[in-house]
Amino acid sequence: MAVYEDWSTERAAQVIAEHKHLDGATMPILHAMQETFGFVPDPVVPMIAETLNLSRAEVYGVLTFYHDFRREPPGRTVVKLCAAEACQSMGSTALTAYAEEKLGVSMGETSADGRVTLEPIYCLGLCACAPSALVDGQLVGRLDRATVDEIAECVAAGKHFGEV
Amino acid sequence: MKSPRIFVPNDATAIACGADRVAKRLEAGLLARGITADITRNGSRGMFWLEPLVEIETERGRIGYGPVTPADVDELLHAGFLTGADHPKCIGVVDELPWLKKQTRLTFARIGIIDPLSLTEYEAHGGYRGLKRAIDLGPAATVEEVVDSGLRGRGGAGFPTGIKWRTVAAAPADQKYIVCNADEGDSGTFADRLIMEADPYCLIEGMTIAGLAVGATKGFVYCRSEYPLAFVVMEKAIEKARMAGLLGDNILGSGVSFDMEMRMGAGAYVCGEETSLLESLEGKRGLVRAKPPLPAHVGLFGKPTVINNLVSLATVPIILDKGGKFYRDFGMGRSRGTMPIQLAGNIKHGGLFETAFGISLGELVNEIGGGTASGRPVKAVQAGGPLGAYLPVHQFDTPFDYEAFAAKDALIGHGGIVVFDDTVDMAHMAKFAMEFCAHESCGKCTPCRIGSTRGVETIDKIVAGEKREQNLALLEDLCHTMKLGSLCALGGFTPYPVVSALTHFPEDFGATPKLPVAAE
Repeated sequence: MAVYEDWSTERAAQVIAEHKHLDGATMPILHAMQETFGFVPDPVVPMIAETLNLSRAEVYGVLTFYHDFRREPPGRTVVKLCAAEACQSMGSTALTAYAEEKLGVSMGETSADGRVTLEPIYCLGLCACAPSALVDGQLVGRLDRATVDEIAECVAAGKHFGEV
Repeated sequence: MKSPRIFVPNDATAIACGADRVAKRLEAGLLARGITADITRNGSRGMFWLEPLVEIETERGRIGYGPVTPADVDELLHAGFLTGADHPKCIGVVDELPWLKKQTRLTFARIGIIDPLSLTEYEAHGGYRGLKRAIDLGPAATVEEVVDSGLRGRGGAGFPTGIKWRTVAAAPADQKYIVCNADEGDSGTFADRLIMEADPYCLIEGMTIAGLAVGATKGFVYCRSEYPLAFVVMEKAIEKARMAGLLGDNILGSGVSFDMEMRMGAGAYVCGEETSLLESLEGKRGLVRAKPPLPAHVGLFGKPTVINNLVSLATVPIILDKGGKFYRDFGMGRSRGTMPIQLAGNIKHGGLFETAFGISLGELVNEIGGGTASGRPVKAVQAGGPLGAYLPVHQFDTPFDYEAFAAKDALIGHGGIVVFDDTVDMAHMAKFAMEFCAHESCGKCTPCRIGSTRGVETIDKIVAGEKREQNLALLEDLCHTMKLGSLCALGGFTPYPVVSALTHFPEDFGATPKLPVAAE
C-alpha cells in the first residue's frame, strides 16, 4: 500500500517548483503530483497553468487525456490486471471475473470502503509469462487464482501485497 | 578457492516470477553455510519460461538452473549447485542451449550476460566501440554507414533509419533533437523493455551516435509508465554515463556534446505514434499531427528531430562497430539484418528470439516456441501487436519479412507474436480490436474516433445474426474507410485484426462452416 501526503498548497507549489525548469514540464509535474498525493487534486490545475503560462483549459486537457492520471484518490491497494491480447490468450478474461468477485469490486472502480481499486492495464511487457498484473506497484507474472486469493487476503487484512 | 559467481536476473519478467525472493533466499542460504559468493543481478537471457533462471560461473561455462522458486534454493545449495552439480532443474551450459545457439544476437548480444549497470562489463563486451568509430568517421560517414546497413525502423513502419538521419543532418537549425520511442505499447512485445533493463548503455551509445551524426545535442527517451523498472534502470545508467564523461560536453575528447533525459508516458497507447509522442513530450495532449511537415523537419518543439524506435537506436552501436556491410549481410530481400522476435501469449517457450529476417512463422511458433503452453492446437497468431493481423495455421509458411507479411495483408510491426489456442473466439478478438481502438483513439480524426465505436456495435450485430449480410457489408465498408481515412496507424491499422479474423475464421462470426477446400 502506497502512503501519500495530505493535500497542501505549499507542498503542491514546491512540487511545481522542482519540475518547472524541464522542457515540456506539464507531464513531469502531473506525475510528481500523483506520486505525492496519490492523485491530481483539482486546485493543482490553475497553479500549473499560472507557472507554465498556459490556460487552465490546456492543463485540464492534458490531465484528462491520459489514462494514468487520477482526479480522485485511489483505493489503499491498487490492482491493475493486464487486459491485452497476450494475457487474454492465457485466460485473463476469466481471471478478471474471478478477481472482481473475490475483491468485491468491478473493473475500473474503487470499493466503497476505499480498500481497493481494480483497473485494467494494457500490457506490462510480461507477455511471455501471462497473465500478468501490477499490485501495489509490484509486478506479478503467471497470475493464477491462488495469487488472486492472496491479493484478496492482503486487501482484507490491510497489508502490503507479499506480506501475508 | 575463488568465491563463486552467481547470476540472478533482475529484469521485470524475472522479478514478476519471483527472482527477488530467490535472490534473498540465496543470500540467506549462503550466509547460513558460511559461503562467500558474488551474486550479480544480470538482465534476462530472454528465455522467459525458465525465469527465474539462476546461473553459476564454472570452468565449463555458465551453468543454468530454472525456473527456480524460493523453495528450491536450499535444495540446490544442498545438491552442490555452486559447482554446477546436476539437479532436475539444471539445464546445463546456458550458451549451449539450442534456443540460444540458433539465434543471431547482434542488438541483444549482451543481454543477460552482463551486469546492466556496469560500464566496465559493457565495454569489455564491445560497448562504446561503435561510438569511437563514429567519432573517427565523422558525422557524414556515420550517417552513410547506417544507410548502408539497410536498417529499417523497428517500431513497425520499417522506414529506412539512415534516410531519416540524412534528412535531419541536412536540416539547418540552432537546435536538433534525438527522440527515442520507448512507448512499446503492443501486447506481445518486450524488446525495448529488455534493452532498457538489461543493456541500458547500448541505447545511450546509440543515441549518442545519432546525436553526433545529425548534429543534435539533446536526446529524450519517452518511456511508457507501464515500465517502471526500465525507467529507473535507464535513469541510473544515464547518471553513471554522465559521471564517466560519456554524456555531456566533449565526449571521449571528441568535441561532441550530447546529453539525454528520461520522460514518462501516462498510459496512452496512441503516444507510440511518433507525432503524438512529440506532442506528449512537449507537455500536451497526445493528439496526432498531420504530416507533412515531417518530424525530421519540424519535430520536437518545432526543431528538426530524429525520432526512432528504441531497437533501431540500440542497433546502431553494432552497425558502427562492425560496419554497415556486416549488418546488411543478414536477412532477406529488403529486410536487412536481424529482428528481435518476441514469442508471447499461449506459447510453451516464450521469450526473445533475435534472428535474421527470413525465418518462417511456423518454425518460430512450433519449433522454437514449442507450440502452445496449454498443449492444445494453435488456432491463430496475432503478429505485430493490437493493430496486426491474425494469421491462421495455413499461413505459417510466411517468412518473417516486411514485404512477405505485407503481401498477406499482415504486418511484422515491432516483432511481437501472440499465440492463441483453439479455445479463442475470433469474433471476440475482432471486437476487442475495435474496442481497444475506441479506448485509445486520440479523437482527432473521425474514422478512428467514431469508426471504432460503430465497429464494436456492428460486430455485435453480426454475431447476434441481426441483418447479417447487410452488417457484414457495412463492417467491410467501415474498415475500408478507417484504413484509408485515418490520420495515423491506430485507426488505419485496426482493420487488419478485424478483417483477418473475419476472413480466416468466419465460423466464429456465426457463418456456416465452409466445406473443406482442396489443398492448392
